[in-house]
Amino acid sequence: MTEPVQVLVRDKDGHEGAPFTINLGPQHPAAHGVLRLILEMDGEVVERADPHIGLLHRGTEKLIEHKTYTQALPYFDRLDYVAPMASEQCFSLAVEKLLGIAPPERAQVIRVMYAEISRLLNHILAVTTFALDLGAITPALWGFEEREKLMGFYERVSGARMHANYIRPGGVAKDLPEGLLDDIEAFCDPFIKFLDDLETLLTDNRIFKQRTVDIGVISKDDALAWGLSGPMLRASGVAWDLRKSQPYDGYENFDFDIPVGTTGDCYARYLVRMAEMRQSVRIIRQCIARMPQGRVMIDDYKVAMPDREDIEKSMEALIHHFKLATEGYHVPSGATYTAIEAPKGEFGVYLVADGTNMPYRCKIRAPSFAHLQVLPLLSKDHMLADVVAIIGSLDIVFGEIDR
Amino acid sequence: MDDLINTYFLPLFWMLLGIGAIIGVVLGATAYLTYAERKVLGAIQLRKGPNVVGPFGLLQPMADGLKVMFKETILPTKANVFLFIAAPVFTFLLALSAWAVIPFDAGLVLADINVGVLYLLAISSLGVYAIIIAGWASNSKYSLLGGLRSAAQMVSYEVSIGLIIVTVLIQAGSLNLSEIVEAQTGGWYVFSILLPMSVLFFASALAETNRSPFDLPEGESELVGGFNTEYSAMIFAMFFLGEYANMILMSAMASLLFLGGWLPPFEALSFVPGFIWFAAKIAFCLFLFLWIRGTLPRYRYDQLMRIGWKFFLPLSLVWVVVVATVKMIGGAS
Repeated sequence: MTEPVQVLVRDKDGHEGAPFTINLGPQHPAAHGVLRLILEMDGEVVERADPHIGLLHRGTEKLIEHKTYTQALPYFDRLDYVAPMASEQCFSLAVEKLLGIAPPERAQVIRVMYAEISRLLNHILAVTTFALDLGAITPALWGFEEREKLMGFYERVSGARMHANYIRPGGVAKDLPEGLLDDIEAFCDPFIKFLDDLETLLTDNRIFKQRTVDIGVISKDDALAWGLSGPMLRASGVAWDLRKSQPYDGYENFDFDIPVGTTGDCYARYLVRMAEMRQSVRIIRQCIARMPQGRVMIDDYKVAMPDREDIEKSMEALIHHFKLATEGYHVPSGATYTAIEAPKGEFGVYLVADGTNMPYRCKIRAPSFAHLQVLPLLSKDHMLADVVAIIGSLDIVFGEIDR
Repeated sequence: MDDLINTYFLPLFWMLLGIGAIIGVVLGATAYLTYAERKVLGAIQLRKGPNVVGPFGLLQPMADGLKVMFKETILPTKANVFLFIAAPVFTFLLALSAWAVIPFDAGLVLADINVGVLYLLAISSLGVYAIIIAGWASNSKYSLLGGLRSAAQMVSYEVSIGLIIVTVLIQAGSLNLSEIVEAQTGGWYVFSILLPMSVLFFASALAETNRSPFDLPEGESELVGGFNTEYSAMIFAMFFLGEYANMILMSAMASLLFLGGWLPPFEALSFVPGFIWFAAKIAFCLFLFLWIRGTLPRYRYDQLMRIGWKFFLPLSLVWVVVVATVKMIGGAS
């Protein structure tokens, strides 16, 4: 075995020596999945951080080209597996745009409600694991208690705690079960209490502030130039939210605020996420208050499965069921870029249809991917412990980075 | 022959018995400290903690002990095997040997030496060697960084602990731990001019034992496991037990120096044996250790050093002068 050749470099004080490199991950407790980070260190100070990705690559985009639109949908659950329904919603909106259909009103409100539940799921995990990276172990366990309840709500509509496959082109898969709205309503108040408790542990904690204030600062211009979105962008002082700027699924009818940070550091990102959770609860409450009656799936057998009773009575319904189950629906030729405000930022799908029952191309724009690329910029000249804090504040998930 | 037995063998027998008793008690306490930690953290974090092995999970420490004994000891390639194994043994030995001078009750002490405090300081400052040796001998970058951090941290806080103890010595006028406790009969030092020092001592003890929020050497989110990243099985358990025994030792020191050792809080309660009071005070300090771990995030390396050198050290230095001045004026009048 030959010894690796080590290149002599000069550090800023003029000393010669090989750079001290640390291989952080992919099996590192703070890597948030399978991030592999090569750190070139000068003592405890990071000179260069080099993220390596691809360890969770599953070829999702290519696989979708060989699946019908119905079969493609579950792949979206597996992108951002922390908030699965957000990605589903984006794909459903893209397909609906190409089909030229719109879901019924009740389905839209259900979608908004579950999109916000997904946002809570995501932000709880983001904030509490961020605290865990900083050495505070209690918030993570408190947060998982609440996530468990939210996953319970997922399970009650779809039968699955994570990979729901619930929001589908044309509406949602099933109507809400009885009593679910009351339970979600009952969840809201204790959840606000949980947020208050969480803030007593973190927000004014001196150590927490010392570890996060002025760490990993990104300016407004840089944030825009690097393609950041979501809480990452808003923490830098840009009030940009797709739910307000180009509303989808009826977000324009809801009353909510966009929390914006000023400093663009880890602490601002934490505060923005905490404030967004309170806004999400506000939206969920409005959804419950105004939940309209009616269908939850578009009344069009060309796209939506016929009702079970109709299949038994009507020949036409049976034929449609057969066609949908075997070859799916055909989407007219066209291309769309549809984006939503996913919990992590702008999640987009560029979908090209060629008139068959399968997409010609499906390019996924994942917010985590754009956020990870600023890591080298943010972590330069910070200490090793700060890199861990910065990774935590980026809120990345490898399911959607590697796709 | 009788002389020989009475002069040598009988005292030797009693001494060995005492050593055995102390080791037994300390090891038992250490084992159940791990259990208490998991239970207390569980309560803070809205979960149950160990509750399956034995009633209330009380046999969990035994199960853990058996587990580590039957695990394979993994030696990293290119590690310096002798030092790699010697380091945890050294930690463990030091953690136990410090207990020789700790008085558990009036007169209940293995070695009632006049420089007990100095002995404790000497023993606890040796602990850093084990950690830096472990960090170096593992031949791993994480371990090396952890070892370096730990060495810097322990040396820094040793200095302020030394000065804090000096204030106690001035107040008590003795280096003998039993006499320091006796000097607190009128009132514990924590309720005197030494109150700020007792807080500083506790914080320094957290840093000295590498506990949260100063647990950088093993900060798992940065350095995976710090200096003990490469350790496994029984040699890991030695580090682990040594660390927990050190926590108990530091709590015992805090009790002796500031909380009146085995003295009861009120004279009316003096029917309760002294060692029970001593144990209760240690338990209280240990609970604080665990409570802090459940509550606070971790400091960064440079912040930790800054607190040590720019805050703890000057403050304790000033307090030495203040206590000495007060003592001198009080003694003169």
